[in-house]
Amino acid sequence: MHKPSPLSRQRWLFAYAALAPIIAIYLFVRIIPIGRTFLMSFKNWDLISKNKPFIGFENYSRLLQDPVFLNALLNTTIIAFGIVVISVPAALGIAVLLSTPRKLSAFYETAYFLPVVTSMVPATLAWKWILDANLGPMNQLIGFFGIEPQAWLVNPRLAVFSIILLSAWKVVGYNMIIFLVGIRNIPQSYYEAATVDGATPLQRFRFVTLPLLRPILLFVSVITVIQSYNVYTQVYVLASDAQGAPGYVVRVLVYDMIENGFRFFRMGYASAEAMLLLLIVMTLTILQFVFLRERT
Amino acid sequence: MNQSLNQPQKALETPVSRSANTGLLKTLSSEAILMIGAILMIMPFLWMLSTALKTPAEILAWPPNLIPGQFTLQNFVTVFANAPFGRWLLNSFMLATVSTVAILLTSSVAGYVLAKFTFPGRTALFMVILATAIVPFEVYMIPLYLSARNLGLIDTMPGVMLPFVIMSFGIFFMRQNIIASIPDELIEAARIDGASEIWIFSRVIVPLLTGPLSALGIFAFMQGWNQFVWPLLVANSKELYTAEVGLALFQTGYTINFGAVSAGSVIGILPILIVFLVLRRKIIYGVALSGLKG
Repeated sequence: MHKPSPLSRQRWLFAYAALAPIIAIYLFVRIIPIGRTFLMSFKNWDLISKNKPFIGFENYSRLLQDPVFLNALLNTTIIAFGIVVISVPAALGIAVLLSTPRKLSAFYETAYFLPVVTSMVPATLAWKWILDANLGPMNQLIGFFGIEPQAWLVNPRLAVFSIILLSAWKVVGYNMIIFLVGIRNIPQSYYEAATVDGATPLQRFRFVTLPLLRPILLFVSVITVIQSYNVYTQVYVLASDAQGAPGYVVRVLVYDMIENGFRFFRMGYASAEAMLLLLIVMTLTILQFVFLRERT
Repeated sequence: MNQSLNQPQKALETPVSRSANTGLLKTLSSEAILMIGAILMIMPFLWMLSTALKTPAEILAWPPNLIPGQFTLQNFVTVFANAPFGRWLLNSFMLATVSTVAILLTSSVAGYVLAKFTFPGRTALFMVILATAIVPFEVYMIPLYLSARNLGLIDTMPGVMLPFVIMSFGIFFMRQNIIASIPDELIEAARIDGASEIWIFSRVIVPLLTGPLSALGIFAFMQGWNQFVWPLLVANSKELYTAEVGLALFQTGYTINFGAVSAGSVIGILPILIVFLVLRRKIIYGVALSGLKG
């Protein structure tokens, strides 16, 4: 509407000058790499040769027949959903208990949230000692119940379980806080009305808290699955075998991808794996948006 | 319902008196559940601390004890003597600090321009930033590694820091905060007073954003400190390891020194632990609820 005056030109100049370097960095560290992953996933490239022949969907079709990849995909999926199955109900339960004010509320919040802020390597190392087959207190604990000592980190099934347990422990505090805020946002009058109608605490949870928390429940579950699909650090640190070669006991998606890319130099193949990871994450995100939109 | 219509007084009393009877028991049992859960949550940390303070003989003893029979600081000496652990801590600190400063700068500038300036392509730009925010880092890390290699950044500190100078969520977060808390009239008034755009940004806008900036700063610092995969790929020489990478590689040798690794882990956790305990409420409710995740 206005005619471009010197003043508004100064504004434009500022806007573009301020944005230009940021956009340049953004292109370099985000957009271009994402685009290259996409393009490379249709090519056959060993990192060294000049030729990068276009092979269409061959990387994808080979991946879907590759037992190593399929095993990694299965492991990752079991881990991601296992983390949700353990951490979401636990977080909800703790949040319900913490929603009434308590003397020790601050202590509880801190204790449950502490693993969330702790870095993954030390946190995993702590669990590694606890789960150690020879010296760990976990075997001491199950010994009290008459259970034989277990090789938590060597037996592949138990190793998957250990990774789920540790990751759920790491994330439960985050999920709890989201639930806690959700519960505190429920108007107190709903609970009063339910109490007047004679609802027991369990019924109040079943018929007031749970239905009103459903969107948050969905949000927390999907976010947890998405975040869990790129599980790597835990596996690297926890599931290393006796020779110190990490990640062989439980193969996960990112581990397989890094190995294909940096050990076997199958760049196209690794990129196709990355695209499949993205596809999973995007599908879950879109599903969540669709469901949330329907509810509101 | 019928009963409450006929005898409203009694019906109202019943749940109250029932809960008074069992109330104490319920409070105690829920308190017990919370307490046991909380102890289980911090047990791995206590165990790590305990291992760090034990003598080698006691670490190898069965059954293990939570409280060391004999306290020693030898493990802390060992971890600094047998590995450049001080250097690794310094690297982590540098990575976290540089990343925090860069993210605060890029997020506030981009957030401000996207919030308060109209120019062609603004919406498209914002949508692209939002869309890339959901792409996991692992998806584009291999091409990013190749780009960094072309620039000769592999096995350098700038290379380790490269991906963490910008945060999609940070830009989004600052934009929302600027839209919500800074009225256009304020900027217009400053312009009428003849202030330059840079002056307005640095002297008017930034001072009004200390709350969101500190929340984002805390998160960026923790995110930088906790990075693992990228530093593991880029830092090849020992002197460039971060504390995370150093610890992870230190523990995969043939003989694992439980005590020294635990001592290193305790020190590695300490900086974030201190930040967390000091700013507890701000972190729990600010960082968690803005949808940020560590």
